[in-house]
Amino acid sequence: MKRAVVMAAAWVGLVSASPSPQVNEALILSDALPPRLQDFGLLVDGKTPAPGVVPYHLNTPLFSDYSMKFRFMHLPKGKKAKAVGDGLLDFPVGTVLIKSFGYPADMRSPDKDMHILETRLLIHRASGWVALPYVWNADGTEATLKRAGQRMDVSWTHLDGQKRTISYAVPNANQCKGCHVSGAAMTPIGPKVRNLDDGHQLKALAQAGLLSGKPQAVRPMPVWDKPETGTVALRARAYLDANCGHCHNKAGPADTSGLWLDWDQPADTNLGIGKRPTAAGRGSVGLDFAIKPGDPAASYLVARMASTEPGIAMPELSRSMTHEEGVALVSQWIREMK
Amino acid sequence: MQAAVIALMATAHVQAGTLRVEPGDGAQERLQAALIEAKPGDTVDIGAGRFDLTDGLSLDVNGVTVKGAGPAATILSFKGQKGAGEGLLVTSDDVVLRDFAVEDSRGDGIKSKGADRIVYRNVRVEWTGGPKETNGAYGLYPVESTDVLIDGAVVKGASDAGIYVGQSKNIIVRNSTAMYNVAGIEIENSYSADVHSNLAMHNTGGILVFDLPNLPQQGGHAIRVFSNRVEKNDTPNFAPKGNIVASVPTGTGVMVMANRDVHVFSNIIGENGTTNVMVVAYQSAFNDKNYDPNARNIVVRDNQHGRAGWAPAFPGGAELAAALGGSFPSVLWDGVGGAAANVHLKDAVLTVTLNLPSQGAAISLAQPAAYAPPSTPPAKDLPTILMPAAMEAAAK
Repeated sequence: MKRAVVMAAAWVGLVSASPSPQVNEALILSDALPPRLQDFGLLVDGKTPAPGVVPYHLNTPLFSDYSMKFRFMHLPKGKKAKAVGDGLLDFPVGTVLIKSFGYPADMRSPDKDMHILETRLLIHRASGWVALPYVWNADGTEATLKRAGQRMDVSWTHLDGQKRTISYAVPNANQCKGCHVSGAAMTPIGPKVRNLDDGHQLKALAQAGLLSGKPQAVRPMPVWDKPETGTVALRARAYLDANCGHCHNKAGPADTSGLWLDWDQPADTNLGIGKRPTAAGRGSVGLDFAIKPGDPAASYLVARMASTEPGIAMPELSRSMTHEEGVALVSQWIREMK
Repeated sequence: MQAAVIALMATAHVQAGTLRVEPGDGAQERLQAALIEAKPGDTVDIGAGRFDLTDGLSLDVNGVTVKGAGPAATILSFKGQKGAGEGLLVTSDDVVLRDFAVEDSRGDGIKSKGADRIVYRNVRVEWTGGPKETNGAYGLYPVESTDVLIDGAVVKGASDAGIYVGQSKNIIVRNSTAMYNVAGIEIENSYSADVHSNLAMHNTGGILVFDLPNLPQQGGHAIRVFSNRVEKNDTPNFAPKGNIVASVPTGTGVMVMANRDVHVFSNIIGENGTTNVMVVAYQSAFNDKNYDPNARNIVVRDNQHGRAGWAPAFPGGAELAAALGGSFPSVLWDGVGGAAANVHLKDAVLTVTLNLPSQGAAISLAQPAAYAPPSTPPAKDLPTILMPAAMEAAAK
């Protein structure tokens, strides 16, 4: 009986919320940590934005256990993001970056039966960026704040037709910062000019009045799995930038390793070429060099990407499966390296 | 649902400034929630018992004390860990960690990065299956921090270093015990450290002072190693190949590599099969023009020596021992840098230089000879390392 009431309430909530929730700008700018995602009025459901919330995509995204991601941004009324060089867009206070994660029942039909698990918000407040992870209920009707993170079992039919089941980890608020940090300050990672510039997207944002500055990258990142967008080397570097470079750079959480994998890192020892392990422990997996040119099997960078074992696996978070296609690309790059 | 209600109650503020967390259902989420919700000045008080954790914990709030009921009573077990690189990660300043244990983490035990003025007091990190290559790398792992105090810690079974301080400044490691690790205590790429009154026993190497190239902070210097017991370091090296400590010979007491101004004095060092004290240059090839690979301005004095050198455990060691009359010396320098290195080895025991001609030279080029300290004046004593008073108070 009680359950029926709850469900009815949820249904009423859903109906009253659709078709167009109002974005709550005051809540965005406040110090509040709302327990319900719906309070922000940013989304109709996990993958449908409210009016004034704009979808965007990245040329080369972070791999997160083959989950599908839906990205949106909301800018405060009348404000624009500014393109500065090839780096991160300069977002005004009041911006919300929104990313939902989900799995379709069958990866071969990604548009059908999408099950959204979580929605992560990055909110630019006067005090800086704040990360809030929300987890959806089983019906996809409500998402609640889970600052301490959560694990849940997820199953789907994979591209090879086989069923996959994993223990999916929603990161806790500290783990969000584990990647989203530069120096001591929280920061977005994805929406960099170089990774947004697909020839159209930035111009469209500018035309919509959401972007100022030059809507074009000097060195755009290719699409990691589209050979027509770049050489193997460029696509591998794009992949490393998106999957590793947010920690492995001179100001990131992995700066002390001396292994820097961001897009602008010159091809030297700090990129891993001939670099011995530092404080890696069993992460060295018995190998002498991060990258041994011509020999991916002797390169621990590859071995750590391929591993799923905590303590060895890289990235440390958001991955319990091996990204076979990503490993193949980076291996090919190293194999062809002189 | 009932469990959830109880869980909520268990993490409630029981008094101003204290968040109490007990073992039981939902421990992962309750403990992590407390570490997120704590405010500066708060104590996260972890009750006695065993916490079976599935993911690494982390703390990013300044000025928080995380306190257990004792290192034998409050046990954070990561045996079932599914994710994250370490047991507990601290990324905030002015944190005190005390009176609890971390067991069987898949990566490092407790890591603190960019965490200034951190105190580790009476904590234990242990891999309970004994020394194994599959154990995590570091037990205690402060890195990139200023003012690090480690007092009364116990670390066992780390596949790299039990207590490791890296790329940090102003450091004290004291009254601690490191056993059955590859390296007992290691100070790496760090400035100004006192390592004293510790016990380093049954490791592969007891106490290491290293510097490595291609890192943001290098040029390690001003390190004192004194009043420690460094004995019976006899655990065969079980570090995964590729790591620098995988090159540490089994049976090494104190090893100084590529640092300047390191003083090793008034220790009890003995029963180390390779040697009691080894001073060497970085041995591998490198391409970092800012890196000095040589050991220089080194003082070794007033140590009490027990037996050493009966089983030198590195390639060419047995041949060298034979050339020296059957036994390896108690104190050894590779000789790289020559007189300019200003190496003062003054203990009254067999002390040998290998007279290697240059950094990276093969051991076959050694011309071992008894070592007489240079006539240059001995280096001045290094200053005592002091911590801010609040840190010493927290370590009481």
